[in-house]
Amino acid sequence: MNKIHVNTSVNGDNLEFLCDPRETLLDALRDRLNLTGAKEGCGTGDCGACSVTLDDRLVCSCLVLGVEAEGKSIGTVEGIAEGENLHPLQQKFIEHAALQCGICTPGILVATKALLEKNPDPTETEVRYWLAGNLCRCTGYDKIIKAVMDTARDLREAS
Amino acid sequence: MEYHKPGSFEEATELANKNAGIIRFLAGGTDVLVQLRSDIITPDVLIDMKYINGVKDIIENDDEWQIGVAVSGAEMSEHEKLAQEWPGIIEAMDLIGSTQVQGRATLAGNLCNGSPAADSVPSLIAAAAQVSITGPKGVRKINVEDVPIGPGKTSLKKGEVLSAIHLPKRTNNQGDAYLRFIPRTEMDIAVVGCAVSLEIKNEIIIKARVSLGAVAPTALLLENAAEKIIGSKLENKALEHLAEEASKACNPINDKRGTIEFRTHVAGVLAKRTAKIAYDRARENK
Ligand SMILES: Cc1cc2nc3c(=O)[nH]c(=O)nc-3n(C[C@H](O)[C@H](O)[C@H](O)COP(=O)(O)OP(=O)(O)OC[C@H]3O[C@@H](n4cnc5c(N)ncnc54)[C@H](O)[C@@H]3O)c2cc1C
Ligand code: FES
Ligand code: FES
Repeated sequence: MNKIHVNTSVNGDNLEFLCDPRETLLDALRDRLNLTGAKEGCGTGDCGACSVTLDDRLVCSCLVLGVEAEGKSIGTVEGIAEGENLHPLQQKFIEHAALQCGICTPGILVATKALLEKNPDPTETEVRYWLAGNLCRCTGYDKIIKAVMDTARDLREAS
Repeated sequence: MEYHKPGSFEEATELANKNAGIIRFLAGGTDVLVQLRSDIITPDVLIDMKYINGVKDIIENDDEWQIGVAVSGAEMSEHEKLAQEWPGIIEAMDLIGSTQVQGRATLAGNLCNGSPAADSVPSLIAAAAQVSITGPKGVRKINVEDVPIGPGKTSLKKGEVLSAIHLPKRTNNQGDAYLRFIPRTEMDIAVVGCAVSLEIKNEIIIKARVSLGAVAPTALLLENAAEKIIGSKLENKALEHLAEEASKACNPINDKRGTIEFRTHVAGVLAKRTAKIAYDRARENK
């Protein structure tokens, strides 16, 4: 099987990798680029654990081929904190204990960051609908929603 | 699996025509990748449509909207003018999957995947939408209702690709709507989907198209049901007749999401509710 050479940008870094055309972006990130933040829950677009941004659009990386990353800019959970400084969403998730096992957390952080960039003042209903494709088996969602609403409030006050 | 990125529809057609084996086109990939990953279908040749010029464009002409075959649902809902003219199509597209899926899923993929429960298809049929198909013999234009011919099957011939979706421009006094029934509030497959598009004059319906999804091997255009509301102000009697015709047209499957009896009943209920929303939108749309 011929491998394809892909040039892409991940969290602002220009990177390249070789991949089989059947390989997903999720596999390329995890196995070729050693970025294991994005998780595989289902592999079929249902759980959102693999959420990343592709040219600023929230997508499931399990439903994107590695070769489709050519020339694109990808954002993963690894790019959310700035060095040692956690992103406000990450801080609030800890404060509100919005995670238990943590498998869903990278996807939820990427998804909610994308939401707040698009809509800094979402209602609780809007947050819940936005996150309908991010499943969590542990928290019961309530703490996640509270952490997101709290972050949004803080970010609005700060700006 | 070979992966190709043609730069034109002609090139895509040629690739599809000359290659043997299983051929798939890649738009948003939300069906293609699920099938690939679950070993249902591994294409021999995968043709990525996203590098063709104009496939990401939504173009407004004097007499029609032209939507590119790689425009995602999210891009459609963000287009204010399109969303205002065709709220029914936008609400159907918005129902597809999660935020993540909507960032990728396209009308072209929803239609060509051939699922009888595809949400956008009834809304396109009610809208009298057409598609351009580019093939070895050139370009032809057909109605959306003539694309699906059975579960997973379309009328596209070897080497043919969808090259654009055409929606009529809206005039005043028109409205459309789409409703679906699912067992939960998000992320599920339609048990029944219903779309209505209509035009009124002095509050009387003068034109209507009604379409149902998920109740037969393909989405249905219900001419008899539409006739029951044309000439009416959508009074209760007209609504009852509409519901009867909608239920009569059903030929559904029995599965865990709904029995035949349930789907047949819900089709009637949804037809009434959808018609009312479309009618109210037409009245507001002066
Ligand atoms: C989690 C999840 C939830 C979903 N929920 C829904 C839902 O609620 N309702 C619903 O209707 N669907 C749903 N889907 C299915 C899917 O998202 C839709 O059918 C979507 O519109 C497919 O579009 P796409 O661009 O991703 O298609 P792709 O996967 O790229 O292609 C689908 C098919 O269309 C063909 N094709 C694509 N472009 C062309 C072209 N230009 N010419 C000819 N053939 C072409 C391909 O060969 C393939 O067979 C869901 C999927 C997932 C993963
Ligand atoms: S792993 Fe991608 S959505 Fe579940
Ligand atoms: S914290 Fe375990 S799945 Fe969400």
